[in-house]
Amino acid sequence: MSSIWRTLERGVLRDIALTCLAVFFIGLSYGAIAVASGFPLWVPAAQSVLVLAGASEFLFIGIVAAGGNPIAAALAGLMVNARHLPYGLALPDITGPDITGPDVAGRGWRRMAGTHVMNDESVVFALAQDDLPRQRAAYWACGLGVLICWPGGAVLGALIGSAVHDTGAFGLDAMFPAVILALIVPELRDRMTLRAALAGAAIALVATPFLPAGLPVLLALAAVLLLVRDHRDHRDHRDHRDHRDHRDHRDRRDRRDRAPAATLVAGGKPGEKPGECPVGAR
Amino acid sequence: MKDGTLVVAGMATLAAGTYAFRLSGQVLRARISFPPRAEKLLKAAAVVLLAALVATTALTEGHGFSGFARPAGVLVGGVLAWRKAPFLVVVIAAAATTAVLRLLGVH
Repeated sequence: MSSIWRTLERGVLRDIALTCLAVFFIGLSYGAIAVASGFPLWVPAAQSVLVLAGASEFLFIGIVAAGGNPIAAALAGLMVNARHLPYGLALPDITGPDITGPDVAGRGWRRMAGTHVMNDESVVFALAQDDLPRQRAAYWACGLGVLICWPGGAVLGALIGSAVHDTGAFGLDAMFPAVILALIVPELRDRMTLRAALAGAAIALVATPFLPAGLPVLLALAAVLLLVRDHRDHRDHRDHRDHRDHRDHRDRRDRRDRAPAATLVAGGKPGEKPGECPVGAR
Repeated sequence: MKDGTLVVAGMATLAAGTYAFRLSGQVLRARISFPPRAEKLLKAAAVVLLAALVATTALTEGHGFSGFARPAGVLVGGVLAWRKAPFLVVVIAAAATTAVLRLLGVH
């Protein structure tokens, strides 16, 4: 673990510490709300360690406290947490066995622990770093920090109860979106990414009044199609060829097949390797 | 808490399912080799998800509007971040703006 401290600049560590502090305070309100809703202390304590995903835990507590079925509440929480799947796809092999070593698929307990500490904060800090060792170090530092601060806050909040009920007064609820926004701003300076991000945000906002929690954010992924549009189409070269690399992109390709012909003829180099995925070609 | 067993079952479902989501993205990634362009798209997809998360947590509460204080604070933070203010300043300014607005009676 000491390599985390050597790899990361002091500024990044300080930012991670501040983020974890914010997580701690949100954890305080979570624990307090859970106890005030009639749950014994062990419920927020166990949830905060085992689920380790704030929004879904708030939702679970809220639904069950309102008289909802706990299994239905769990499914609602899972909808909120489905975004962790695309997170895992976006990250390089970040939970690998050697934090500063070469890019090797991880095994054993480190991979298991690294998987568990995946959350919005650890992912966004990783994406904000320039190279793989720093990405790994930031991911682990933030992930482990949240693993300590979130349950710590939840248990303390449950113990001191309603004393910390109103975190709104300190503007703490503005901290989470501000943390994420501050960390994705460098990515947003790329015009195409900014366009897709704004479109995604708009989709999510429009969908929020109508869809259950979690779905609007997933629906925002449709905005990524804006970035796919200008791709070469390799249909003609690869029909009936089932390469395993293509599986993941099939539905995107299908959508593109329906796009206006003008966008499809833009690319298409005949000499391209047959195994190459169309989405990956520029 | 009404039915302890059912609540435990719900908690276990949520915990196990969440872990499965966290794991499956990485497993897929390890099995499929993505060309560089797809790598870029996957990273952009994560940024789009995070941007949507910012928008919804800043502007909405449940299925409705969160009120003006919170998005105003996040907006201040966003402008500061765009102008390359330090992270600490961005986050504290966002919280402070929201807190002051609420103190002034804006919700």
